[in-house]
Amino acid sequence: MTSSNKLKIAIIGTGNIGTDLMVKVMRSDSMICTLFAGRNFNSAGMKRANALGVPISDRGIEAIVNTPAICDVVFDCTSAHAHVEHWAILNALGKTVIDMTPAKLGELCVPAINAEECLATGARNINMITCGGQSSIPIAYAISQVHKDIDYIEVASSIASRSAGPATRNNLDEYIDTTQEAIKTLTGAKRAKAILILNPANPPIDMQTTIYAKIANPDLPAIQASVAAMVEKLKQYVPGYQLIVPPTAEGGKVIITVKVVGAGDYLPQYAGNLDIINCAAIAMAERIAQSGAHQESKA
Amino acid sequence: MTKKILISDPTLRDGNHAVRHQLSRESFVAYCKAAEAAGVPIVEVGHGNGLGASSMLVGECRLSDDEILTVSRANLSKSRLAIHVIPGFCTIKHDLAKAVDVGVDVFRIASHCTEADITDRHIAYIRQAGKEAFGVLMMSHMASPAVLLEEAKKMESYGAEAIIIMDSSGAYFPSDVTERISTLVDGLSIPVGFHGHNNLGMAVINSVSAVNAGATIIDGTIRGFGAGAGNTQLEVLVAVFERMGFETGIDLYKILDAADIAEKEFNPVAPYISPLSIVSGLAGVFSGFAKPVGQAAKDYNVDARDIFFGLGKRNAVAGQESLIIEVARDLAAQNAARSA
Repeated sequence: MTSSNKLKIAIIGTGNIGTDLMVKVMRSDSMICTLFAGRNFNSAGMKRANALGVPISDRGIEAIVNTPAICDVVFDCTSAHAHVEHWAILNALGKTVIDMTPAKLGELCVPAINAEECLATGARNINMITCGGQSSIPIAYAISQVHKDIDYIEVASSIASRSAGPATRNNLDEYIDTTQEAIKTLTGAKRAKAILILNPANPPIDMQTTIYAKIANPDLPAIQASVAAMVEKLKQYVPGYQLIVPPTAEGGKVIITVKVVGAGDYLPQYAGNLDIINCAAIAMAERIAQSGAHQESKA
Repeated sequence: MTKKILISDPTLRDGNHAVRHQLSRESFVAYCKAAEAAGVPIVEVGHGNGLGASSMLVGECRLSDDEILTVSRANLSKSRLAIHVIPGFCTIKHDLAKAVDVGVDVFRIASHCTEADITDRHIAYIRQAGKEAFGVLMMSHMASPAVLLEEAKKMESYGAEAIIIMDSSGAYFPSDVTERISTLVDGLSIPVGFHGHNNLGMAVINSVSAVNAGATIIDGTIRGFGAGAGNTQLEVLVAVFERMGFETGIDLYKILDAADIAEKEFNPVAPYISPLSIVSGLAGVFSGFAKPVGQAAKDYNVDARDIFFGLGKRNAVAGQESLIIEVARDLAAQNAARSA
C-alpha cells in the first residue's frame, strides 16, 4: 500500500498503551500513525514518538478538532472518564473510534469471537473491553460453545505491578464492571465475576488469567477441543498467548489457566496484559483498513 | 497517663479463612453478642478476603455479604462494625455503597503492601460518605520499611485515618515489627496499627513490640481464629496489655467468656501452628493459602511443603490462589520426570 492509501491513525493518550500501539501501527503495512496526542511533550511516550518521526501534539483531543482530516480512526488510550467526552466530540466529527478504556460505550469486541459482527453493525465506537477480558473471554466463549446455559463464570488475572500505569490503577472498578458485563454478553453466562491482582515481584511476572466455569458434568474432551481451536485463533493476532493449565475438572467447576507473553514492542515482554489488548485493537484496525471504508469516504 | 490501645477484632472475617468461609448465621449472632458484651471496640466481619471476594478463586462464602452485614449490624450497638475490602475484588458501586447503606462504621481499605494507589478512589468515597476509613497494607513483610512508609503516606493523602500493616504470612520477628512500626509512626501523622499472624509463634510478642514502637491499634481474634496458624489471640492480648498497664476498654472476664463461647460456636475451634503453617511463615506465603495448598497436594500427589516453598519462590501475593494448581502440576511433572 502507498502511504496515501494507508488507514490514518490518531492516538490520544501517550501512556503505556498509547505508545505501544504507536509502535505497532508503525510496523503495519496498511496503517500510518498521523497523530500522537497527549498533554506533556516530556513524557517518555512523546519522546519516543518524536524520535520515530510521528507527528505529536500536547493539545490532546483538540489536535483532532483543529484538523479533523488528520485521521480516519482514533485509538482512545486515555481513561474511561475522559472517553465519554472524547466520544461525543469524535462522533460529531464522524470518526471511527477504537476505545481502549473500559468505558463500554461502544460495541464490546473480542476479535477472535466477534470481529466481523462488530464491523457489520456499522458501529463507529468499538470497545476493546479490558486486558483481562481479551485474555479470558475467548476461553469462556469456547467453553460456552460446548455447554450452553452456564450459570457462573469467573476470571482472575494477575499482572505485573510495573505493567499497570496510573489510569489502569484508577480504573479498577470500571475494569471489573466492564469485564463482567462483556463475559455475560459474549458467553450468555447468567452471572460473572472478574478479579484483578497486581503482583510487584521482581523480575516481573507474566500476565496470567485463570478462567473458572461452574459446570456440574463437564464434557472435558469437547471443551479441550473447543479451547485448543480458540487458542490457535488467538495466536494469529496475539503470538505470545499460551495455555498453561489445560481444561481441568475439579469440584463442579472447570479451570483453565492461560498466560500472555508480550511482544516487547515498547514495553517489556512481561506486560502481556498491555500487549493483548493492543494486539486486539490492531487486529480490528487492520480489518477496517482492509475493508477500504476509509477510501470510500474520501471519494 | 495510661496508654490507650484500640483493639480491632476480625474474628468474624479472618476466622472465615479457617472454615473455608463457611461461618454460619448463628456464629455471627453469637460472637457479635459476646464481643459486644465484652466491650470490644471494633468488630470486623465478612468473607476472609473481604467484601465482594466470595469467588471460586479464593472460596465461596456460605452467607452473602448482605446477610453478613445485616445480621452483624443487628447485633452490634456499642461495638463499631467494620469491613475489609481489597480493590480488584470489590467495587464502590457494587460493594462499598451497599455497606455504607447498611450502616458499617469503619472501612478498612486494603491493598498489597506496594500497591496503595489502587485504594485512592475507595478511601475518598468512604470519607465523602462521612464514614471512617483505615488504610491496610497486606503482606507487609514483602516491602522494606522505607517503601511501606511511602505507600502508607499515599493512603494518608487519600484520606485514610489510620494505617494498619498486616503480617499476613506470620513471617515477622519482633525486631522486624519494631523497625517498621517506628518508621511509620515517625513518618505519619495518623495512628498506626499492627495485624499479626502466629505461624512462627510470634503473634503476641510482635503485637507487644508494635505497641512499644508506638502502634495504637492492634488486631486480634478470639482463640486466634483466623487464616493459617491463626491470628494474634485476642484474649491473650487483653490480658497482656492489662498486665502492662495499657487500657483497651475490654472486660477481661467477658472476653474470656467469649473465648468459651467461640469454642462451642466455631468448628473447627481454633487454628494451631500446624507443620504446614510453619512452612507458610518461613516461605513468606499468605497464611490463607494453607487449605487450598493442602487440597492441591492431595490432588496432585506432591508434598504440600514443596508447594509452599514453590509459591514463595514465585513471590505469590494474596489472591494468587490460581498459582497453587500450576505449582502443584509443575512439581508433579518434575517428580514424574525423576522417576522415569
